Amino acid sequence: MSLYLSKGTIELQSAPSIKSFAAAVGKKEGEGPLKNSFDYIADDITLGGKSFEKSEGLLQQNALRLALKKGELSESDISFSFAGDLLNQCTGSSYGLREFSFPYIGIYGACSNMAETLALAALFIDNGIGTNAVAITSSHFCAAERQYRFPLNYGGVRTATSQWTVTGAGCAIVAAHDKPPYVKSLTFGSITDMGVKDANNMGAAMAGAAYETISAHLANTGQSIDSFDYIITGDLGEVGSKLLYDLFNRDNIPIKEKHKDCGTMIYDLNQQNVNSGGSGCGCSASVLCGYILQELAQGKMKNVLFTATGALLSPTMTHQGETIPCIAHAVQLTDN
Amino acid sequence: MQITNKEYGEIVKLRSPNTKVAVTCTKAFLFGGIICTIGEGFNNLYGFLGADTKTAGTLTAVTLIFIAALLTAFKLYHRMARHGGAGTLVPITGFANAVVSSGIEYKSEGYVMGIGSKMFLIAGPVLVYSVLTSVVYGIILRLTIY
Repeated sequence: MSLYLSKGTIELQSAPSIKSFAAAVGKKEGEGPLKNSFDYIADDITLGGKSFEKSEGLLQQNALRLALKKGELSESDISFSFAGDLLNQCTGSSYGLREFSFPYIGIYGACSNMAETLALAALFIDNGIGTNAVAITSSHFCAAERQYRFPLNYGGVRTATSQWTVTGAGCAIVAAHDKPPYVKSLTFGSITDMGVKDANNMGAAMAGAAYETISAHLANTGQSIDSFDYIITGDLGEVGSKLLYDLFNRDNIPIKEKHKDCGTMIYDLNQQNVNSGGSGCGCSASVLCGYILQELAQGKMKNVLFTATGALLSPTMTHQGETIPCIAHAVQLTDN
Repeated sequence: MQITNKEYGEIVKLRSPNTKVAVTCTKAFLFGGIICTIGEGFNNLYGFLGADTKTAGTLTAVTLIFIAALLTAFKLYHRMARHGGAGTLVPITGFANAVVSSGIEYKSEGYVMGIGSKMFLIAGPVLVYSVLTSVVYGIILRLTIY
């Protein structure tokens, strides 16, 4: 049974297990520092799909099938699925998962999707609603580029603060308390707008949301950063991470010592030409389901606050001169 | 949060790396210069082959557009533009790249709703405002001459 603690924060008293997890990524991600953590690395950016939107759907299918296989589960064992991605109408999820007959709950939280879907799946299981709940999300560089930016072959130049959308998908299947990793508690964040207008500086836009949600989670659960091995943000990149440290420094909290960011973990920032780092739903999803959960399952990490960050921007509103509303959701994962 | 958006904006400026102006400007100058030199070479070649000045100019523009379109189709132009910046964007070659890259990108939505309607996604505003400017310029010319 779940216990409501305070604004946005819920304790999952049964501590559901993440029974199975898998990450599928593209070629560039498969050449990065975490290459040995991923379950599937595509050698072709299209994955055999006729369009990039279809490729993203295939990426989700791959992650899901691998997670089912690793958990020795079949499609009929799934009670609910929570899925989302960056594309309009959540194309990657709804077209990618349409051939599966389990209940589908589509959500949108931009790049915070992994934490949002995982939190919802864990909440269902903690309250005895269903036996296995899937949390899945993805992003695809080429599909995101054409929706948010320019054609792939257009010779525009990226600014130094821009980030590279990860081609990747992550799938976690939550079930009743059994083996680690466990979902201990979670905090749903509030929309935070720091007044940033630059769509090429998403890290700066999202750092405030990450600060708010992490602070809220610590306060509402009565923990300090010392309780954690790591506080891992989704895709703040290099610029956003520095800003997160600045915000916490004002509260005299040296978060830098405990902080990791999926956006700076997934690529080699010096070699892979990604400017401030990786971004996209697939960034935190593939790092969580490829690396972090594995570390927790093996006891190498013991207590982690996974905080996926999302810029809820719409290109239409950016053209209308609006600032970027952002969100962050946190899930506390433990090994006991 | 104990920080105003204005204060935050100042920290953002501090933490966001700027474009390296000296390097990018130098590269843009070199790439742009090379493209224009190649253009000048074609201009001289067409002149040498017997074209008058006006025809040689037109042929040069067509040649450069063709080369840029071809490089875009072979996925090479944007790799060059990563270094060339404005040097590859501003000349007529950049315009060709904008049109062809959009055409290729939206091929998956078909010839009408894809290529047809999206080809001028980036180049469209350039066309609209260059036509508008030429009309305004034409009116000024008409008024000043007579």
